[in-house]
Amino acid sequence: MAAPGKQEFTTPALKEYPVIPPIQVNAMAHIKPFVAKPDHQEPLGFPGELVDDWKDVALNKMEELLGKYRSLPVFLDSCVKCGACTDKCHYYLGTADPKNMPVARQDLLRNVYRRYFTFAGKHFPKLVGAVDLTEEVIDDWYKYYHQCSECRRCSVYCPYGIDTAEITMAGREILASIGVGQKYSNEIISKVHKIGNNLGLPEPALADTLEGLEEDIEEDTGVTVKFPLDQKGADVLLVTPSADFFAEPHVDGLMGYAKVFHQAGISWTLSSHASEAANFGIFIGNYENMQKVAMRIREAALELGVKRIIVGECGHAWRVAYSFWNTLIGPFDFLDPNYPAPQHICEFTYDLLKRGALKLRPEENDDKVVTFHDSCNVSRASRMGDMPGGQFVIPREILKAACNHFVDMAPDTIHENTFCCGGGGGLLTDDLVELRVKGALPRMEALQQVIENDGVTHMAAICAICKSQFSKVLPYYGMGMDMIISVHQLVGDALDLGAEA
Amino acid sequence: MLLSIVFGILFYLAALILIIGVASHIRRYAKTPAPLVIPTTPAPTTRGGVAARMFREVVFFESLFKGSKWTWLFGWLFHFGMLVVLLRHLRYFTEPVWSWVAMMQWAGVYAGFAMAIGLIGLFVRRLAVDRIRYISAPSDYLMVVLLFVIGGTGLLMKYVWHTDIVALKAFTLGLVTFSWSPLPSDPLLLIHLLLVIVLMLIFPFSKLLHAPGVFFSPTRNMKDTPREHRHIAAWAKKLEANAQRVTSE
Repeated sequence: MAAPGKQEFTTPALKEYPVIPPIQVNAMAHIKPFVAKPDHQEPLGFPGELVDDWKDVALNKMEELLGKYRSLPVFLDSCVKCGACTDKCHYYLGTADPKNMPVARQDLLRNVYRRYFTFAGKHFPKLVGAVDLTEEVIDDWYKYYHQCSECRRCSVYCPYGIDTAEITMAGREILASIGVGQKYSNEIISKVHKIGNNLGLPEPALADTLEGLEEDIEEDTGVTVKFPLDQKGADVLLVTPSADFFAEPHVDGLMGYAKVFHQAGISWTLSSHASEAANFGIFIGNYENMQKVAMRIREAALELGVKRIIVGECGHAWRVAYSFWNTLIGPFDFLDPNYPAPQHICEFTYDLLKRGALKLRPEENDDKVVTFHDSCNVSRASRMGDMPGGQFVIPREILKAACNHFVDMAPDTIHENTFCCGGGGGLLTDDLVELRVKGALPRMEALQQVIENDGVTHMAAICAICKSQFSKVLPYYGMGMDMIISVHQLVGDALDLGAEA
Repeated sequence: MLLSIVFGILFYLAALILIIGVASHIRRYAKTPAPLVIPTTPAPTTRGGVAARMFREVVFFESLFKGSKWTWLFGWLFHFGMLVVLLRHLRYFTEPVWSWVAMMQWAGVYAGFAMAIGLIGLFVRRLAVDRIRYISAPSDYLMVVLLFVIGGTGLLMKYVWHTDIVALKAFTLGLVTFSWSPLPSDPLLLIHLLLVIVLMLIFPFSKLLHAPGVFFSPTRNMKDTPREHRHIAAWAKKLEANAQRVTSE
């Protein structure tokens, strides 16, 4: 099928059974996101443009990172090229470019590491495939470290747990530090540093948007559901991806959270200082920027005097919040120790459901047959609840409570085997549309299967990037962009706002 | 006697390089912090759980099993064949031979074949699958060939051209007790031993580092308890101390 718009590429055909494509060398060598301008680089502490002594700077940076992150020397040394990962990356399956095989992506860095940092590579480069650091290598790094969504699927199947995301992050950090950052991610991070969210949405605009949402709900249901902003003394600070404030279908999810808070009678607030759960610092692999972005949330929580922090539907944000916040901006000794810090909105809603504090009418969603897309960062880099795998159980339990018709996609495409949406890891940008469409192929095939077999009409997700990505790519595969919805939209629609809890 | 002196010295040298090389890598892995909590989830939340996960990984190759059944089959045959063969070789270094080593001798022979079959399978896969061919460097093929020739010469000595096993044992025991005796000079044995020396020498400079590496892999050896326990690396602690930070006071 030809692609809509003017992109000159062909959308891959959906096959009945997934097929591992034969390699096509350089199939994606023409794809490369826009390079960051000095304005996007300098606020992050990186040089504005390619530095003159880039080779020395890059190798010094590599040496520094090798000493700071154990994952790097272990992963670079340990790979035996067994090939178990070669057919696991959605970008390889969708593009057939061999450099999109996880091991080959790692090798772009590994071959340079070997050349300069190992005995074998220094003395027998040809034998072990070590290469000099040249402009061509830098160019390959830039291209192929921006064709990885850091989704960790490869790490599930690697006998040594080698996580290509760690290598991609290191590759991107080295690139940024020689002046070759990626425009999309770095521009967004500089906006967060300046204003507090990815969109550069200032406080008055945010207040205005929230007021509009209150009106929408009131019109719709006749019930006044508040969207408090910067309310000191509220119990809960809700930190949610800024896409939730206006993008479709995200905003319906935000309205769902508000209805849940309303119904539970728990006081909550958003913050204009920390109006963003997303943290693109993780995408560029830079600890300092990730910490700086996250620090606004600690500041806001202390300023507002809240007792709990709850995070909205966002995959990588939940990874950063769940796995990294305590390290980056903890300890959370100022919060109520009776609740996990931070808590996922799904954990919060699930807890209320279990306690009978929410009344849902699943028949409100009887027009839908729903499936669930496990987001990569939630599945393979975080947890929900108090048992391993709770991140798979809790969203599904919520969905089953909110709708009568729920089916799962094929087992090798869900839970920890889930496929990335194709837009994660800082790739959700228009200059990478071809990559995004092709990378979505494995998920689209699994979705197509449940559409045909079970009549699935909607796919729910708990990630802002997944939602935006699917809205964009579903039409390329002949599916409706409104198939993708927020889990909390379904909750909000099923919630009986009139009921006494 | 010259032969045994040369081989004796080579063995000591190779053992020294193997031990120092691997130890220095282990030291480096152990010293380098994992600043962020990055287990591949779902992950265990207790140290016992992590130990069980590592055990399944090292003994059953759990992740590889999920990843590729053929590679798992050949890889497991090779590794466990080799393990049994190595244990069987203990009889050359102990006198009297430990009873459990004596009891397992019969299994060692089958293990030798399992090892060879595994290596052939891995080699064919490396050649036949276009994706794996793409990621293979010359050293990746040579490594399989090296191991195969070591195993093959061993099997040949067992079944076809026997060596003077009594003299060999005198030599190997001599290595351990620093009282050298002459080494039999059949070419097959010399090739076998020479390649073992080569293997020992390249171990610390090659992908064979996966053996110690797997134990240090943060995606496999970290607990999934970042909310319960604050995890912070020394260098990150320093960053924190230098930064302007809002406190709860």
